[in-house]
This record gives sequence, C-alpha cells and structure tokens, in this order.
Amino acid sequence: MSYRLATGGRLIDRSRPLDFTFNGKTLRGFAGDTLAAALLGAGQTLVGRSFKYHRPRGIVASGAEEPNALVGMGEGQRFEPNQRTTTTELFSGLKAVSQNHWPSLDFDIGAVNAKLWRFFPAGFYYKMFIHPRSFWKHVYEPIVRQSAGLGKAPDAETRDADRYEQFYAHCDVLVAGGGIAGLTAARAAAAEGKRVIVIEQAAHWGGRAVVDGAEVEGQPAAGWVEAVLGDLHANPAVTVLNRTMAAGVHDHGYVLAYQRVADHEPGADKPRHRLWRVRAGHVIAATGAIERPLSFAGNDLPGVMLAAAVRDYVVNWAVSPGKRVVVVTNNDDAYRTALALHAAGVAVPVIIDARTEPRGALVEQARAAGLRVADGMAVRSVKGGKAVTGVELCRFDSDGGAVAETIACDAVAMSGGWSPVVHLWSHCGGKLLWDEAGAFFRPDPSRPPLGRDGQGFVTCTGAANGDLGDTDAAPMMPVWMMPAKADYLLRAKMWLDPQNDVKVSDVQLAAKEGYASVEHTKRYTTLGMATDQGKLSNINGLAILSDALGQPIPQTGTTTFRPPYTPISLGAIAGEARGPIFQPLRRTPMHAWHEANGAHWEPVGQWRRPYCYPRDGESHGHAVSREITQVRGSVGLLDASTLGKLLVTGPDAAKFLDMLYTNMMSTLKPGKCRYGLMCNENGFLSDDGVVARLDDQTFLCHTTSGGADRIHAWMEDWLQCEWWDWKVHVVNLTEEYAQIAVVGPNARKVLEKLGGDIDLSKEAFPFMDWREGRLGKFRARVFRISFSGELSYEIAVPASEGQAFWDALMQAGAEFGMMPYGTEALHVMRAEKGFIMIGDETDGTVIPQDLGLDWAVSKKKPDFLGKRGMERPAMTSADRWKLVGLETLDGSVLADGALAPLPGKNVNGQQETQGRVTSTYFSPTLGRGIAMGLVHRGPERMGEVIAFQTESGGRVEARIVDPCFYDKAGEKQNV
Amino acid sequence: MLLLTCPCCGVTAEETEFANGGEAHLKRFGPGSSDADYEAYMFNRKNPRGVHFERWRHAYGCGKWFLMARDTMTLEVYGAYPAQTTEPPAEIVAKIKARRPEWEGYK
Amino acid sequence: MSEAVSALNGAHFAGLVDLAEAGLKGMVTLRGDLSSPALAAAVKAATGAAVPAVRRIEAGASGQAAWMSPDELLLITPYARAGAVVEILRRELAGEFATAADVSDARALFKIRGPQARDVLAKICPVDFTGFAVGELRRTRAAQVAAALWRESEDEWRLVCFRSVAQYVWDLLATVSAPGGEVGFYHR
Repeated sequence: MSYRLATGGRLIDRSRPLDFTFNGKTLRGFAGDTLAAALLGAGQTLVGRSFKYHRPRGIVASGAEEPNALVGMGEGQRFEPNQRTTTTELFSGLKAVSQNHWPSLDFDIGAVNAKLWRFFPAGFYYKMFIHPRSFWKHVYEPIVRQSAGLGKAPDAETRDADRYEQFYAHCDVLVAGGGIAGLTAARAAAAEGKRVIVIEQAAHWGGRAVVDGAEVEGQPAAGWVEAVLGDLHANPAVTVLNRTMAAGVHDHGYVLAYQRVADHEPGADKPRHRLWRVRAGHVIAATGAIERPLSFAGNDLPGVMLAAAVRDYVVNWAVSPGKRVVVVTNNDDAYRTALALHAAGVAVPVIIDARTEPRGALVEQARAAGLRVADGMAVRSVKGGKAVTGVELCRFDSDGGAVAETIACDAVAMSGGWSPVVHLWSHCGGKLLWDEAGAFFRPDPSRPPLGRDGQGFVTCTGAANGDLGDTDAAPMMPVWMMPAKADYLLRAKMWLDPQNDVKVSDVQLAAKEGYASVEHTKRYTTLGMATDQGKLSNINGLAILSDALGQPIPQTGTTTFRPPYTPISLGAIAGEARGPIFQPLRRTPMHAWHEANGAHWEPVGQWRRPYCYPRDGESHGHAVSREITQVRGSVGLLDASTLGKLLVTGPDAAKFLDMLYTNMMSTLKPGKCRYGLMCNENGFLSDDGVVARLDDQTFLCHTTSGGADRIHAWMEDWLQCEWWDWKVHVVNLTEEYAQIAVVGPNARKVLEKLGGDIDLSKEAFPFMDWREGRLGKFRARVFRISFSGELSYEIAVPASEGQAFWDALMQAGAEFGMMPYGTEALHVMRAEKGFIMIGDETDGTVIPQDLGLDWAVSKKKPDFLGKRGMERPAMTSADRWKLVGLETLDGSVLADGALAPLPGKNVNGQQETQGRVTSTYFSPTLGRGIAMGLVHRGPERMGEVIAFQTESGGRVEARIVDPCFYDKAGEKQNV
Repeated sequence: MLLLTCPCCGVTAEETEFANGGEAHLKRFGPGSSDADYEAYMFNRKNPRGVHFERWRHAYGCGKWFLMARDTMTLEVYGAYPAQTTEPPAEIVAKIKARRPEWEGYK
Repeated sequence: MSEAVSALNGAHFAGLVDLAEAGLKGMVTLRGDLSSPALAAAVKAATGAAVPAVRRIEAGASGQAAWMSPDELLLITPYARAGAVVEILRRELAGEFATAADVSDARALFKIRGPQARDVLAKICPVDFTGFAVGELRRTRAAQVAAALWRESEDEWRLVCFRSVAQYVWDLLATVSAPGGEVGFYHR
C-alpha cells in the first residue's frame, strides 16, 4: 500500500496539512500536494473503476497523461466529473468522489463484466447491438448508458457558479513547456529582443531535471531554473505563465492556451479559467516526453505505475507507491527510480530488465547500491486483485509458460521507454519520423507545419524533439509485449488503454478481422479514444497492430493528433459569453419603456421587438386582437426603429438604385416615397422597403429590420467591387433615428395636437410623400406610408429623443385611447391587406412575379440585379407557384407552412403537392382565419377549393381568393 | 483560423474581423448574356486545391473589400491587393510561380 | 432638446478600470477623398483638426477627426454642434463628391481609464496593443459587435459602438473589468 515517507518531498509543506474528502472519507495531505499525491500519501491506492470491465484502477502517472485516476470534484453548481487527480492541486476542503462504479468503489457489480471478458471482445458494441434493431432504443441503449461512460454529467438545471474569460495575446515566440529546454529557448528568444510568452502546464517549473537532480550549465537544475525564471520575469517583453497548457496549435500561428487561474484557490474572486488566444510568430514546443507503459499481464492493477511517476511521487511529494516496489524496464532511465526508492528507504527487491546484460552508468550505480538486476527477464503476470501482491517472472524471450520466480511486492514501477510529446508539432500538419534507436516518433524537421508565409512556424526542442539526453545510457530495447511470445491468456490481460479497457488481444483481433488502417482500428477497438486521448497507449497499440499486420511501425503510422492536448473546460471556451452577454441584444431607444409596459418580446435578428403588450390576465391572442381593433378603430403606436435606414447619395445614386432595385428609382421625385424590391442575381427576392428621395442626389432606403446590415454590405460590395467608378456614398443611419409609426383613422389628429410646422392635411401631405420639419418640439422626418392599410405616418426623430417623442405621442393620443401595438398586430394587419413579408412569402426561391409584384419590376430598365436570372425559362414558366389568398371554408386558421397535397409522388418519391401556406393568422377585423400561400398557377384558380394538411394530419378545405382581404380600394389609407 | 492583412488600412488581424466573399475576378453577365456565360458567372467556381484568388472584406475594420491569393492546401498567403483590380497583379503572380513552380497560372 | 438622452445616460463603473458612458456626443460621418485640399479645409473649418493619417485621430480646437476608412472620417464634437458641423462641411464641400451625415444618435461612446485598460480591452478585442500609440485608432470587434477604439492618453481609452448594443458593450466591459481578473500582460 502506498504511504507518505517520513522525510523529503521538495514540493510539500508539512507544516500546512490540508484535509479533504474522498468518497466522503476525510483524508489529509499537505500544501503542495496534487490530489493524486495526497491520495497515495493517505494510502488510497484504489481510486476508480474502468470503463468497460469495471476493473479496479489506481494512479498510473503523475501528470496530464494519467488515464485512470479521474474523479468527480466539487458539489452542486461546482460539481465537475472526470477531473484528473494528477494535475489537481490539493486545497483544504476539496471533495472528490470516484467514478464508474455501482454501488461502491470497493464492491462493484459491474465488475462481473471482467469475468465475462471473453464476451466483450474488440468491436463488441458493433457486433452485439445490431440485432434486433428495435432493441437498440429501449433495451440496449439504456443499459449501455447506465453501465458505461465516465463520470456523471452535472444536472441539466445546474449553472456553473464560476466565471471564465478569454484573452487575446500577441507575441513573436511562444514557448510551450517550462522545463530546461523550454526555459533555455525562452531565454534565447528574450535575448534577441523578441516578445516572448512562456507557459508551463503545471504549477512548478523545471520539468524532469529538477526531479532527477540534474546539472545544467554547471549548476544544480533547481538553482538554474530559479535564476532563469527570475531573469524572464524581470524582462518586460516576456510573459511567464504557469498552470497554463498549450491546448492546440492552429493555422497561422494561432495557439490556444488554457490557464487554470483559480482552480487551486477555490472561493477566490477570480475567473476560474482563462483561455489565451495567442497569435505567435513562432511556436517552440518544449513539451517533453511521456513514458510508455509495458504490456504485461495484470499491468492495470492498482499499484502498477510508470517508473518516472513513481520517482516524481517520491522526490516531489515524499510518497511511495508501496513498501516493496519491483522495477521493470527496457531502458536505463527506470534505474533512476530504483535508486530514488532505495535512497528513500523503500525496498526494491528486483529490477527486471528485458535486455540481456545491460551496461550503462545507471545500471552500474544500481548494482553498486546492492540492487538485484534480473536481466533478460520479464514480468509474466502481476498478482493481486484490488492491490498488487507480487509479480511472477519469466524469461523475456519466452511464451510465459514457465514461471521462473515469484516475488512478493506491493507496487510495480514500469518503463517501456519514452515518446516525445509531438502534439503541438502535429496539430497543424507537422510530419513525424520513426526513430529506430529510441523506438518513438519524432518531428521531421523537413516537414514542419506551415505558416502564412509558407515557412515552418513550429520548432520542437529537448525531449519533445527526441533528445532524451541520456548520452551514456545503454541502448533501450523496444518491448511491445512482455514476454515477447506471450500466449493468448496472457495477452488478454495486457492492457494497452486502461481507461477504455483495450487490451493487446483486442488490437490483434481487430487486425485479424481485417482492420489494417490505424484510424479504423482506433475506432473499432476504441484504443486511445478516452479522455487521455491515448497519451500512454497509442504507440504501444500501433506497435502491436504493426506486428499483427507484419509491417514496420512507420508504415502503420499514427492516428491524428487533435487539439486540445488535454480536455479544457466548456466555460473557458464560452469565456465571458454567458447570461446577459451570451449574445448581443439590440435595443431600440424605447426598449426600456416596452419592458416596463409588459411587452412580450419577439427576437428579430439580434433585436428584441414587442410582439404584443398583454395586460393583466390577457392572453397574447387577446392582446393582439385588442391592439388591432384599436388601430383599425382609432389609433396606435408601433416602434419601427429597427427598420434599416440607408442613406444613398452622390451624383450616381439614382443610377445605382436603378441597378439595385427591380423598380425604376431614378424617376422618383424629391419629396416622394416609393416601395421597392431588391433581388439577388438569381432574381430571387432578398429585401423590400420604402425609398424616399431626399434631394436630387440623395435617397433614404428603408430595409427590413433584419436586412439593414446585409443590404448595406450588399451595396458596398457592388460599389467597391463592380462599379467603383460610380460616385455614390452609402451611410448606414439605421440607429440614428427612433422611428415610430402612428397608425389609425385618428393618426392625423394626434399629430396635429403636437403642433409644429408641418401641414399634415391630406392635400398638403398626400399618401406616399414625406416631409421634414417640427412636430411639437421635435425635429422630425415624416413619411406618409402604410403597412396596415390605415391612415399612417412613420416619423423619424433623433434616437436620443425617441423616448420623449414616444411619451409625447402617448399623451397626445390619450383621448383616442392611444396604445402601443406589437409585431404580431403589424403582421396580421399587413396580411389583411395582402402585403408580403420578406421571409414569410419569400424563402430564397421566390421571384417578385410569383408574388404578383410584376408592377414593381421595371420593363424599361436594360439591366438591374436579378434581371438576367428572371429571364430563365423556369422563372417565366406559367407552372410556378404564385401568391393567392386562402380562406378556409370553416373559418379556421390554417397551419403555418401547411402543404396542399396532391395524389401521387414527385420525382424524388415524395408526396406530390400543389401549394403551401406562407402566412396565416386569425383576423379580428374579419372574425375568421385568413392566409396567404403559394399555389400552383394560383391566380388562374380564383374560387377553387383545395385541401391543406392540418397539424394533426387531417385536411382542411380552403378557397383560393385575392390576397387582399381588407379595403382593396385603399380608401382608408388615403384619407 | 487565418491571419490576414488588409491592404486598405494596413491592419493585420485574425479572421474573425473579416468576411470571405468567395472567388475573385468573376465577370458579371447580365441581361442579354448567353446561358453558358450566365451559368459560369453565377455557379461555376474553380474551387482549386492550391492557389486560389478570393474576395475578403474587412467587415469589423475599415469595411473595405480586397482580393487575396492564398493556397487552399497550405494556407500560405501570397499577397493581397485592392478590389478594384481586374486580374492578379504581376508581382503576386511572380511570387506564386516562385513558390509553386508547378502552378499553371491564373486563367 | 433637453429631453435627449444618450443610450445609457452617463453610467459609471469602477473595477480594474474606470468605465463611463461619455453621454451625448456630436458625431458626424464624412465620406470623400481624404487627400483633397477641399476636404482638409472643411475638416479644419468644422473641428480645427487636421485630416488624420491612416488609423489616427487628430484633435482640433472644436473637435476631433478620426480615420475610419480610406474614404471616411468620424468628426467628434459637442452634441449641440453636430448640426452646425454638418452645415459647415456641406458648405465647404459644395460641388465635391463628399457626404456629411449626423450620426450622433446612432452611437455610444465609452471612456475606459486606468493602467489596466489594455489588459481589459484585450479580453474582448483581438488587437495587438503592443506599440499602440496615443492618438492611434483601431476598428475591430468587441466580443460580438463592431467597435472603434483609440488611445486618448497614456491610460485613457475611448470606445465607440452602435447605440443599440450600448448595454451589451457596457455589460461586456463591466464583466471583464471585474476585480480579480487582473491579467498583467500589458500592465505589471
């Protein structure tokens, strides 16, 4: 069992004990511990269960590569599953719970799966759950969901209590990794006067060198690190960040770095995580190397750990994984672990070395220290259940049939060699070379990831570049399976990926079943697909696959390295964009008034517009009917400020608008308004609105609420990229004005009450004119236009005076029962008049002629945008669906979007149809449902009755009628 | 995410400040054009694996459109130039040829 | 006129930086040939400022002139003067291809003060602030909306956005300047 050593521990402060809980049990660690170190120090070797077989699992590693020791942390709004204990800094009051077991960690029913392992081979899910198909949804999926999966997602109603943010940083050089190689690179870049950011994922600097007591430039590593860090901190051009991981390297030097600002300081009033969005001229990956496990039977038992991790725990945190620790290796580095354990007073009964007669400085040191080296030997099998009790040895070059010796121990430190961490090199396309001597992939300097200048922008240095530093070491010997010719029963107990429960036998089976591509094998077996993304398992797995396929490892190749390097929080990805600032909400000058007066909001793009203003106890439907009745009978107010208002001006403005609109705009007289349509080059409608000619060279173009920015950009596109010699300026004045529609038979009386210098009489100010002047004390531009069929004025005042003007109108209209109306009343009234709405009657495939708007398409103009498109045979065909009004025979309201089916199937095998509903409302004015729709040859079929589908699957009959249901002669708007 | 330099205001900024506008140097065919010309204008795009001339707008910046030559495979940027240009400038063509000798040239 | 109110009516907030909505400001968009002597004379007459170089803002006796685009300036004056500025520009530029439009009410202007201003702005703007000089201006985005910002003095910045998103930008700035969020990238 693991325990805390009496002395040592370079990172812990024994004077500051910290209490934490694991599965409700209170344990004690020290300031400076990781959660993993504290658990091991408290004797908690068993920390979780595996994914598929629910095997007992312990801590394997000491850093980001840890596959097993994931826990749920925190409570309530701060609960988070799958937290890696090896990278979690201990704090007082930390609460952790183990995962993936039921009912308890020590007794788990799912572990029966492990006894049934023969029935869970590679691709088990694919093979098992195919038949019968109907079983998947109600039988298989619920069972799989209950028993598989890692950790539990927080409740759907839980809201993360922490805050997160992002930061855009720019630098010449970003150095990822705070070991000797990284700090050396950062120092060199800083010396050249570069702007440098150097980041280290852990809380501490120095990497392996400070653990192993190495010397750097003639001084102890720890002192060297401190001195260099001091210099870097003092340099204003250098930013030094610990607890910050380079998550991904992306195109053109874009690097995402994940800073854990306050994970170690719970309760601090700080952002928990900060996502750095760095643009680096050059990226230096000094990300080190990760030790590989060895594949021997029982290598997943709690107590079997990576050799260098064991060394970390002993040196950094004064924790030993056991009292008798067997070391097994194929290289010299693991001898350091044996020596460190020995120096700490931990028994090392044997160093099992797969190599025959290894001769290196470290080997000699171990022998000199009196440690036994069993060379040419292998671990045949690890004995034990929830903890290691011993190891069986056999000849390495055997099938494991003969047990040479059994040695009692309570932990195993293994080393299968090292793999450079090449992720940052590979994320953006850097290619790899297979290094025969080290048996690892390393960056191919001739094929780096390319930046925007076409040059490589990532460099790997130190161990990440394959420079493992052990110059006087004996050569390592690649060992992919131990013993070398292990039989099937042993291979079926050799774990490659302990998190996803993938074994040597699974990969071999996949190869036998025809999976030749490493990418396919990965998905079939799930090797490397767990939250650790195969940091320990991938090289071992593809070596097994290559062997099974009888081809060299480089020919098999690696799977793709994808960001992030280790999982990052969704909170960091969202950054500040949550709650009220999840996305921009655009507000008109009268927004606060609408809110205070009970508006029910409708999103229109990023705007919020009042849909209606329900009063106490009133349904939305009733509110809409009340508002319409008021407008048609007296007068109402609409906040129309969201309408786009584009000033188009210059000597060529008229010529330009003749190209943009389907109508002739150049003939419009100053002082007049004209309704216009805009189409794209396909001839399909894209926007509509009223154009007012302000003077000879100046027009004010109104667009739809959602269309202002799009149409502004559309105009600029044509002016900048096609007709750049035309003298036209466009200025977007959408937000300059609050625009209020005063609508209803009493509209003129209300405005006249305000006073001012505009003659509002019918004769002086006719329909489709505009005037500028004063209404009361307000500077106003008044347009006599109507989208409701009533007497109507749309009035623009400076936005800053919008609320005051609205108040003045409410006051002036009080005697007429003045009330605001919302977008739904607007829509119903326009539908009663048969006016089209972009986005309702149009869907990107509708031309003006489909909507009976031929009158707004100029036949005189030689050219306008969309004219050529409209000339295509399909657009001029008589067989198009065209706009009509629809009246249900029973007065009911048709369903929005309802189709009118016909017998038979179309060319795509779908139900044949002859029309669809585009707008449908209950009209309080008419007391019945009204609708508009596009119907095949519709205008030729007036009076015909056709059937539409209902939402419940039935049919309802509707008569084809004229789309204008109300005041067809237009007498009410023209008074 | 690309890093682009706007030739109109000189700012180098990440792609989120810009809007892509598809292939550059299209010739507009309006009323009176043949079906083939109109089809080519509206629908036929080169979509090359390699050197591509494309339109960008500095949408969150100076608002101006510009044109850019970029390799769609390596994402190398060969240069940007004003939108008021009817074909790729000679110096950009020369740079592309130097970098990509196999390139068949702008047509 | 007394009833005119800016989008946030002069709100204040103190955090890592001091935030204030600047209240009503006169703003006039001027489009035209920025190299023409006539335009330079008009800008001078309207604000006292010279035509700014690319991405610069110039101050004059009665206003500022900010470079927005190769053919566009934003002139900033007291709110009450905006109409007069438009008149001056139209008069001075009569016969030229140039456009002056009052956009005072279409914008919101924020003051951001304090040594940590760059560290706060860099949380929402993808801008390299190293070497960003006093008098320099940059159009960019503030999180999800368009913004223009300039360095008014060493520790004082200005940010302009559209009026409709003033509350969003305010909430954004207040959120990222909440105490505890010190970054120390630009300011140590």
